[in-house]
Amino acid sequence: MKKTNIKTIAVDGLITSNPTFKLVLGTCPTLALTTLAINGIGMGLAVTFVLICSNLLVSLLRKVIPNQVRIPAFVLIIATFVTVVRLVLDKFMPSLYSALGLYLPLIVVNCIILARAESFASKNCVLYSMADGLFTGLGFTFALTVMGAFRELLSSGAIFGVKLWDFEIAFFSSSAGAFFTFAIFIALFSYIESVVKKQKKIKDYAELVKLKEQSAFVGTTEAK
Amino acid sequence: MAQIILIIVSAMFINNFVVVQFLGICPFLGVSKDMKSAFGMGIAVTFVMTIACLITFPIFGLLKTYQIEYLEIIVFIFIIASLVQMIEMVLKKFSPTLYNAMGIYLPLITTNCAVLGVCELVIDEEILSILQIETMNLGYAVLYGLFAGLGFTLAIVIMSGLREKVNRLPINKHLKGFPIAMITACFIAMAFYVFALI
Repeated sequence: MKKTNIKTIAVDGLITSNPTFKLVLGTCPTLALTTLAINGIGMGLAVTFVLICSNLLVSLLRKVIPNQVRIPAFVLIIATFVTVVRLVLDKFMPSLYSALGLYLPLIVVNCIILARAESFASKNCVLYSMADGLFTGLGFTFALTVMGAFRELLSSGAIFGVKLWDFEIAFFSSSAGAFFTFAIFIALFSYIESVVKKQKKIKDYAELVKLKEQSAFVGTTEAK
Repeated sequence: MAQIILIIVSAMFINNFVVVQFLGICPFLGVSKDMKSAFGMGIAVTFVMTIACLITFPIFGLLKTYQIEYLEIIVFIFIIASLVQMIEMVLKKFSPTLYNAMGIYLPLITTNCAVLGVCELVIDEEILSILQIETMNLGYAVLYGLFAGLGFTLAIVIMSGLREKVNRLPINKHLKGFPIAMITACFIAMAFYVFALI
């Protein structure tokens, strides 16, 4: 059992259980909004905000909410914060609001938020829950931004609207391109993870051999 | 008549919920391992989507008359959640065979974005220009919900058929599971893209 502290929460949320690449949750906005890197950031930060707030409230109320009605209660909490985000974006960032469009109200049914509320915030203290919301949200934002930048670069030759070269593959801005990009990113993530694991194994083994040699050496000198 | 055909074709093919609008991807990837369960899931989603449209569309009109549209998300998600629960109870009581066929998929539908998505779509003003109609009414909304659901069923059944074949192939271990499913979906999306060109 892993000990819960801010560092493990951060590593978990960002890398080892990254919501997009590792758990493959919240796929709908990931596929739909990664045509531009800026949309990825916008969506990611909106989800992060909702995650932090809902985790905070769920964690505060975890002893008050009866077990039988916890899912409707969580959904109500999430829906409230999504409404807040929607009204704020509508007022202050109309361009982002129209870019996110339909997917903004759909944050309510984003599995990441309900999953974190159910599996983390309803069992842990307020500070850890907020940290978990922040880092899971940032992991999601990171994934969306990287994928958005990749697709934007290949489909229009630009990143964040800055033109780099005149090289365009329309495939990557289409819906088929979204599935393809997501597939190669998940595969790449899994590959990198396996390489890191292998190196760690080799390192551990080398240390083990070293220890054994040392003990053998100690053994022989004692025998003498 | 032409209007109705346009709605049907648009909802089912041109703006297919799964591969064009990316709604309901979770069940599309999660419940598409064999064709029988994929079909059950598709029918259950279609059923809930149609009834959800039928109920949420007039309720949004009601919210509008009292000028509390901002409550729409909270109201919609509550209607969908209770609707799913109610359908489950009604089916259990009156049609055990149907309940056995779709019962296990029903609880999953509450958090399916396709259902909330269709409710949000039919009250959106952008849809008027897509469907080339002047005003949305209840009949059109329900028709859109029904055929969007059938489009979802079509996509998930095609996907399950392809996955059954793909899973028997020797695949690199990093591509196994989700990545290869997404690449399969990529080809389905390409096929559906042709409808948009017509």
